[in-house]
Amino acid sequence: MKKSIFGWSILMAVCLAMTISFPAWGGDTVKIGVIGPMNFMQGKGHWNGATMAADEINAKGGIQVGSKKMKIELVKADSNEFINVTDATNAMERILTRDKVDFVVGGFRSEAVLAMQDIAMDYKKIFIGCGAAHPKLCLRVVEDYKRYKYFFRGTPFNSRFLVKTCFIQMATVGAILKKVLNIPKVKVAIVAEKAMWVDPMIKAAQGFIPKMGMEVVGTWRPSAVATDVSAELSAIQRAEAHLIFTIFSSSVGIPFARQAGELEVPAVQVGINVEAQKDGFWDATQGYGNYVMTLNTYCRGVEYNELTKPFIETYVKRFGETPTYTADTYSAIKYTLAPMIEKAGTLDSDKLVALIEEDVHKSPGGVVKYYKDAEGRHTHDLKWGPGYLTSLGVQWQDGVLKGVWPNKWVAAKGAPEITYKGIVNYKIPPWVIEKYKK
Amino acid sequence: MVLDIIISGLISGSIYALLSIGFSLIYGIARIVNLAHTAFFMVASYCIYQATHKLGFNPAFGMLTAVILVTLFGLISYKLFIDPIREHEAAVLIATIALAMAMQEVMLIIFSGDYLSVPSLINGYLKILGVKVFYQQMLTFGAALLVMVVLWALLMKTRLGLAIRSTAEDREVANLMGINESRVAMITMGISVGLAAFAGAVIVPLTTLSPFMWMHPLIMMLAVVVLGGLGSIKGSFCGAYILGFAEALVVFLIPMGAFLKGSVALSIMIIVLLIRPEGLFGVSFEEER
Repeated sequence: MKKSIFGWSILMAVCLAMTISFPAWGGDTVKIGVIGPMNFMQGKGHWNGATMAADEINAKGGIQVGSKKMKIELVKADSNEFINVTDATNAMERILTRDKVDFVVGGFRSEAVLAMQDIAMDYKKIFIGCGAAHPKLCLRVVEDYKRYKYFFRGTPFNSRFLVKTCFIQMATVGAILKKVLNIPKVKVAIVAEKAMWVDPMIKAAQGFIPKMGMEVVGTWRPSAVATDVSAELSAIQRAEAHLIFTIFSSSVGIPFARQAGELEVPAVQVGINVEAQKDGFWDATQGYGNYVMTLNTYCRGVEYNELTKPFIETYVKRFGETPTYTADTYSAIKYTLAPMIEKAGTLDSDKLVALIEEDVHKSPGGVVKYYKDAEGRHTHDLKWGPGYLTSLGVQWQDGVLKGVWPNKWVAAKGAPEITYKGIVNYKIPPWVIEKYKK
Repeated sequence: MVLDIIISGLISGSIYALLSIGFSLIYGIARIVNLAHTAFFMVASYCIYQATHKLGFNPAFGMLTAVILVTLFGLISYKLFIDPIREHEAAVLIATIALAMAMQEVMLIIFSGDYLSVPSLINGYLKILGVKVFYQQMLTFGAALLVMVVLWALLMKTRLGLAIRSTAEDREVANLMGINESRVAMITMGISVGLAAFAGAVIVPLTTLSPFMWMHPLIMMLAVVVLGGLGSIKGSFCGAYILGFAEALVVFLIPMGAFLKGSVALSIMIIVLLIRPEGLFGVSFEEER
């Protein structure tokens, strides 16, 4: 009897030890964690992009890792980062320790991604951020390369470039207002949600707008989740702004656009409004979001290169909506991770980091290159500019999101004009024309 | 700018008043701190969305349906979750917050976290001395006043009102006088949830739907009722407008700190409580009853 109990105990102990020691017995798969706010559009974009990439790669047999063909296995992790940053760090910890993923893609809010970044670095796992724009994410790579080298920015480019692109778009629209409406000096109201990623953009905007020949008439900072901004809109009208420079990534973008449209505030909206990038924006604003312009990554009918159209069309066919920038998990897996794993012939993070940081490749959103800083240090940050990544300026025109920038954009003196295929002209809202046309 | 502040304050105040009157009513009468109050407002908002967008109902009919359904849901919730533990105030607090969280999760599963909206009952705006005000906002202001008047009439001019006031005065004596105290509490709960649903119907076209839309109003509503005096309907009405004006002042005077409008309103509540712990109308309301 005693022998039997002893025998069973040994057997159970062995089983337990085997379970703990070899959790990744499905060793023929490359495990990629997809982390994001899965109950929200942003997280859905992360997941949809990743599944599309995984399915396309797996349909061809998987990734060639040395002599083995390995299929991609995705692990979904809900970061719930809109509600609770701690949930995000817990989710990251879980996929790294329990699910033992080889790589991680995703993340959205800078506050959460900064915290998740540290956890991924603790485990020396490559984490491609597909949502957060704060420069600190890559500044950490520069300042402490040994620890943070496993982090790469996947999308969007950092907020410094975001604001630069927005300024160019604002200058373009400002010039149109001047020309069409004969406004001698365009007055700008800066309206930015209260969030960490916005802070450096506001400082830059306040300093740079006067240099563009425009005047800042005020800066308003509503809560990122404000549901009523009619007071702010009244104040903006009192300030007699012609142009509202918006910086929104959260829900406030919807009531702002809806109320501004319904009140026919005589000022055009340019900048970033993440909610306006989504197909659901038109319904969410009851159609009052007409003429809102925002920075965007993808737009139906607009092509950066030959990869854009097939990506957007397949995505729309499969998920019934236009991809937003968080769906760039597709590019992170298909055009960054997979080719580099095949090239290295290993899943070893250190070897892959060395290859990814030197790689230059095409993706549906443009050409991806990780630039070095002035001192030649790796930043793992995306290169912005003509020939690389520029993003788009898109505008809602009667229920359809149209690409309106770059439209004959000349990036520098003597440089060639850039107009992507499918770009149309910007439209000034009729009530703005009515107010200012002399 | 003064006119802007007055109008913005009146509008925000009306929204808070609509939300907090129902909460005050059920606390004042039955001593139930219903932390799920704004969650009922959220559920009503989603019902209206479902009725207007998915079922194609006329917005007004959709709103009426939502108010009826949510009131029934509130009564069922009361019978199942609150009534059995009514005597234990702490348990009611926990049960109602759990109920609110459950409603949130159910809405998250059904509608996801995507932001949605419903059309206004009356589109467009009116210019009042140069300030643009949505018709829907004016409707909200009117609805807040109407609710106050109807509630006053109900409590002061009807037999039900007399029973409600008697129960609020002394539950045991009311029982001895033949008033079914439990039924009165249930009816009051129905009125309270109905008011939350009505608030949802009036306010939802001005806001954005999300399963988390009940949290911020809950904080503001608690601030309003504590400021006005717990259980005092008159206090809630006045407190709502004080906080509404405080918010408007912040937006117009400190535009860079517009996001602080909620914090400033809460700070005002704390200051008032330091000076007058029972709230603005706490004692006088008790005396009135």
